Amino acid sequence: MSDGVKSMASGGPDSSGHFGPYGGRFVPEALIAALDELDAAYQKAMGDEGFQAELGRLLRDYAGRPSLLYDAQRLSEAAGRRILLKREDLNHTGAHKVNNVLGQALLTRQMGKRRVIAETGAGQHGVAAATAAALFDLDCTVYMGEVDTRRQALNVARMGLLGAEVVPVTSGSRTLKDAMNEAFRDWVANVDDTHYVIGSVGGPHPFPAMVRDFQKVIGIEARAQALELLGRLPDAVCACVGGGSNAIGIFHAFLDDASVKLCGFEAGGEGVDTGRHAATLTGGSTGVLHGSRSYLLQDADGQTIESHSISAGLDYPGVGPEHAWLHDAGRVDYQPVTDAEAMDAFSLLCRTEGIIPAIESAHALAGALRIAKDLAPEAVIMVNLSGRGDKDVDTAGAWFGLLSEDGSPGGGSSDGGSSDGEEGSQ
Amino acid sequence: MSVSAAFDKARAPDRAVLVGYLPAGFPTVERGIAACRAMVEAGVDLVEVGFPYSDPVIDGPVIQRASDIALAAGVRTADVLRTVEAVAGAGAPTVVMTYWNPVEQYGVDAFARDLANAGGAGLITPDLIPDEAQLWLAASDAHQLDRIFLVAPSSSDERLALTVAATRGFVYATSVMGVTGAREQTSSLAPDLVARTRKVTDLPIGVGLGVRDGAQAAEVAGYADAVIVGSALIQRLLDAQDFASGVSALSALAGELADGVRRR
Repeated sequence: MSDGVKSMASGGPDSSGHFGPYGGRFVPEALIAALDELDAAYQKAMGDEGFQAELGRLLRDYAGRPSLLYDAQRLSEAAGRRILLKREDLNHTGAHKVNNVLGQALLTRQMGKRRVIAETGAGQHGVAAATAAALFDLDCTVYMGEVDTRRQALNVARMGLLGAEVVPVTSGSRTLKDAMNEAFRDWVANVDDTHYVIGSVGGPHPFPAMVRDFQKVIGIEARAQALELLGRLPDAVCACVGGGSNAIGIFHAFLDDASVKLCGFEAGGEGVDTGRHAATLTGGSTGVLHGSRSYLLQDADGQTIESHSISAGLDYPGVGPEHAWLHDAGRVDYQPVTDAEAMDAFSLLCRTEGIIPAIESAHALAGALRIAKDLAPEAVIMVNLSGRGDKDVDTAGAWFGLLSEDGSPGGGSSDGGSSDGEEGSQ
Repeated sequence: MSVSAAFDKARAPDRAVLVGYLPAGFPTVERGIAACRAMVEAGVDLVEVGFPYSDPVIDGPVIQRASDIALAAGVRTADVLRTVEAVAGAGAPTVVMTYWNPVEQYGVDAFARDLANAGGAGLITPDLIPDEAQLWLAASDAHQLDRIFLVAPSSSDERLALTVAATRGFVYATSVMGVTGAREQTSSLAPDLVARTRKVTDLPIGVGLGVRDGAQAAEVAGYADAVIVGSALIQRLLDAQDFASGVSALSALAGELADGVRRR
């Protein structure tokens, strides 16, 4: 590993928010003051023992950290290699998203703002933001693409129960990217009293670095847990990549460990060659979207192309700028995983371990199964199980023929799942 | 043709410049050109041709809708440049208002070159701040184009100075905190912002976001050098039964606004 790559864990971004050519701030001037204010609050918080102690207490007593590192023996037998699962699905609210929202809610309070807004795809970040807003007594508005409000109806109800207002977004493709557009519009108009809790490692500086720093706890824990369990580091770490916050969160502690292969699995949808996918790094090109320069799915004129994935949380045509940087540097290997591959892995985890994963996380599992055969027999693969699958029961039930279109019990069995199954996303 | 031609023309009669915005390709490329020309004939001094974009984060519902119509009809970068050429040929300085990614994908220098060749005066860049604009600063110098950056009520004095130092042509002051769209009342934040901006530049200052009628245009003309109108003009085309009556309504509003900027 070269010194250049070695510097990656501590090397980015620069003071203006750039990871090499990526990142930065491509936003209206009207937001710059708020971004500067946020950056100052975040920089101060990072070095503030009181802030860190309070965040640590919340992560432990409220979110349930540290999350377990689980030695998945039956899955390992099926995979032919030993697989460890980092159980972010066991966090309060059921995903890694809570790590970030607790940090940003604390910052919101420090900045004296009393309202938060958020965008959400699968609903996990929206639920996490609504949860933190309830805990911190903040008003909360969540923007969610209309398509996603239908395929993740349960999470819409959860946000309502938590006191958040969910606004279905009907512009554009009516998915995550359009929800983000609408959240930006809200923020420009209400920036004085509102903090925009971006849920992934995208957006303008300081969000990519800040969200990463709030998610780094995943990798810091996992690395120590692996050393304790194995007496050594894992050979590979796998995570799914949509915007990329769970992936950055678990990768970051391993960036300087040259022996650890880092693999990010993007949503290949129906296949990258079909054009219906969300594999930004594999099938996209560099450009500017939602406040930063990174890879994105776009046409020759720079218009964003609508992404596709069975997983609402990965159905996004962009990716965080630090991933673009790690991709170009070759430190992380990014590969696409199709809907069908992800659902096969989803089923395997259900049947072997009694764990229903989020479909997002099933992409990481499928990737781990794929790379397993290329690793030595004694290799150990760590997979970030970023979320639980309760929210996906409708989609998965339809895919495997267990539910009919209207959600009533169907006649199929979960053995029937394959690429010709029902998509369940419409 | 630089935008300064429009400001020079307005100086002697001591009036404000009227800036009209329409997206290229709305409702079609040819009709978009016709609408821009009609706007100029009715008294618009400077035309902003909008570059329809898939993710317009600073635009309100009216401009979003018009842009979506243009994109659905298949508008391409070349159509935006063709619109500029046709409108500039009608005699009014013409600038393109565009989100940054389409320019970057075309190639910043190539876009600047082709815009200049089409007779365009420059670019308004709502999501490009000078801090990120190295390529555009170089390309606009090379092709002698105006570069219009935005200032906002939330801009610090330091950022105002930094932004106007990079600006050429005029400074675009966003008069409210919010997205584009006509409003019942223009903003009380705007006069303060214009006054703060004047302390750091001699460039003309245009005020946009919210103006919808002649009275509001006159009010803004009282403290700004240019009055920028978009959504209210587009709304006339969206509301019309057919294109011809839409253009009539558009021209009537442009005329009312042109009258307003002369009542400062």
